[in-house]
Amino acid sequence: MSLYLVGIDGSAGGERALEAAIAMAGESQSRLLLVYVIAWSPFSFSTPEENAERHRRREEELAIAHSKLLQPLLEKVQAQSIPVEGLATHGHPARKLASLAEEHAARMIIVARSGDKPIKSRFFGGTASALTQSAGCPVLVVP
Amino acid sequence: MISLRIALAFCATFIASSAHATLDEVIDRAISPLSDALSAAIFYEIPLPMVDQGVPFIVAWLVIAAVVFTLYFGFINLRAMRHSFGLIRGRYTPPDAVGEVTHFQALATALSGTVGLGNIAGVAIAVSLGGPGATFWMILAGLLSMSTKFAECTLGVKYRNEYADGTVSGGPMYYLSKGIAEQHPRLKPLGKILAVVFAVFCIGGAIGAGTMFQTNQAFSQLLNVTGGEASPLNGFGWLFGLGIAFLVGMVIIGGIKSIARVTAKVVPTMAIVYVVAGLTIILLNIDQVPAAVGAILDGAFRPEGVAGGLIGVIILGFRRAAFSNEAGVGSAAIAHSAVRTDRPVTEGLVALYEPLIDTVVICTITALVIIITGSLVGAGDIEGVALTSRAFESAFSWFPYVLLVAVLLFAFSTTIAWSYYGLKSWTYLVGEGKTKELIFKFSILPAIVVGASINLTSVMDFADGMILAMALPNLIGVYLLAPVVKKELQSYWADYKSGRLQTYD
Repeated sequence: MSLYLVGIDGSAGGERALEAAIAMAGESQSRLLLVYVIAWSPFSFSTPEENAERHRRREEELAIAHSKLLQPLLEKVQAQSIPVEGLATHGHPARKLASLAEEHAARMIIVARSGDKPIKSRFFGGTASALTQSAGCPVLVVP
Repeated sequence: MISLRIALAFCATFIASSAHATLDEVIDRAISPLSDALSAAIFYEIPLPMVDQGVPFIVAWLVIAAVVFTLYFGFINLRAMRHSFGLIRGRYTPPDAVGEVTHFQALATALSGTVGLGNIAGVAIAVSLGGPGATFWMILAGLLSMSTKFAECTLGVKYRNEYADGTVSGGPMYYLSKGIAEQHPRLKPLGKILAVVFAVFCIGGAIGAGTMFQTNQAFSQLLNVTGGEASPLNGFGWLFGLGIAFLVGMVIIGGIKSIARVTAKVVPTMAIVYVVAGLTIILLNIDQVPAAVGAILDGAFRPEGVAGGLIGVIILGFRRAAFSNEAGVGSAAIAHSAVRTDRPVTEGLVALYEPLIDTVVICTITALVIIITGSLVGAGDIEGVALTSRAFESAFSWFPYVLLVAVLLFAFSTTIAWSYYGLKSWTYLVGEGKTKELIFKFSILPAIVVGASINLTSVMDFADGMILAMALPNLIGVYLLAPVVKKELQSYWADYKSGRLQTYD
């Protein structure tokens, strides 16, 4: 049973990507893996106070990602009786999605075109364009 | 609010009592006797046979520790450099630790507390008083003190407190009390006393070096750029201090994280700009570098016209190195303790890079620029950051403005970092609690105003005195606990050498 990896980010774009994934998975009898990457870099700078609270904040971020973001979407997919799993993690969104796709031998990555703020993606390239350049499997970019 | 009111009343009394003097002069006159008394105690000079100049007790204390730890840990400062770099790069961090505080972040946070005016102003002070040779002793002190930093940061992680809600508190207070009680049960009361003494000095250091010295030098550069003595801002240090106090208050009391976050991002950028500008000046004058290096080496062993001769120049170099990298002082152990690792020794190894970057790299660049540009000649009574500014200006006329921004940001970030160190010591003494934290945060603010108002020498002495006094209780503890560090290091190093450490590239 092949696997589609869907990148979600809490935006309307992420939900559109999920819609497309559900349609495809229903037709081809595939599984879905919903991934929410919390943008984080090991080389960012922080204050001592933030460092002292970092572990707690991380747990909070993951808990919110699971309960507020992933859970409702997982239920939505399950209602269509498509097998699905959810994953929330920290990291660089594009790189993380690409490496998870490889790890799970995903057949395709499905992401939305917009998600990042317009100015940021203009200068640094959005997650979708980074993925099309670097992913090891086909990438479907949903408008 | 109470302390703010007291501070205002304090200022008002002085304004009323001295119609003739400016407010700056009044504050200066009130603080100077206090700082004089303190530095007399901390810098008590141990007389040496044969020479006139004695060795200030605290400088000897720090240097002996640096030498002892370098030998005791088998030159860990040199042999672990490559491996430490791998740790900072994240080569040994398992992927499931994403989102936690990394080695790099702990190092960067600690550096933003130490890289600052000590590097820019401190070197200038050492070179203007001790000649080029002082640089040599600064570099040597920087290299040796890496071992001290290694030991204290390892202990900071090993004996930190991890609370149920996932936050951590660490630093000398904790290893002095918990570590000594665990390793030497009979010395438990001593550990407790050392921890309390450390916390008291740390609060003093936060006020002296962490806030007063910072705003003082930031204002001095502001004056320098706007016309020196003739500047319209001259005499308005207190007003500048109020402005900075307001911004710091917004961050530490108002919890305006955005300001802190912006500073945390801009400070490293400024440090890089500073280093690149320094390197550019050095490269443009590459033909003069051998002569400058010659002057440093020559001046190190045969200083001319320096008070105290050879001993005098050694003391100057070591003293300014200690003030710039804070090794042995214990402050960095607070910042490093937040890292997420189950091998405390790894954070100690990462901390090796702190004195290396801070003292060896940045200070050497500053000193070379000052020497190469010939800014020392006829410097007269130009001191501190003004001398550095003059040196960079001779190559890039616009540099004093960049330096002004850098100095303001360094001063700001160091103040934020130190107010956190001070706060941790305060809560160690009086217990955790919102009101208790507020009392401390409000008492930091008047110190900022005072720092901007008084002259360099009295601030410098007070700052030096308080910050270096922290090394007394801290190093006693590190000596007592050094065997713990050694045991951890030996087992870790054996794992590393035999390839048992897993790498993730």
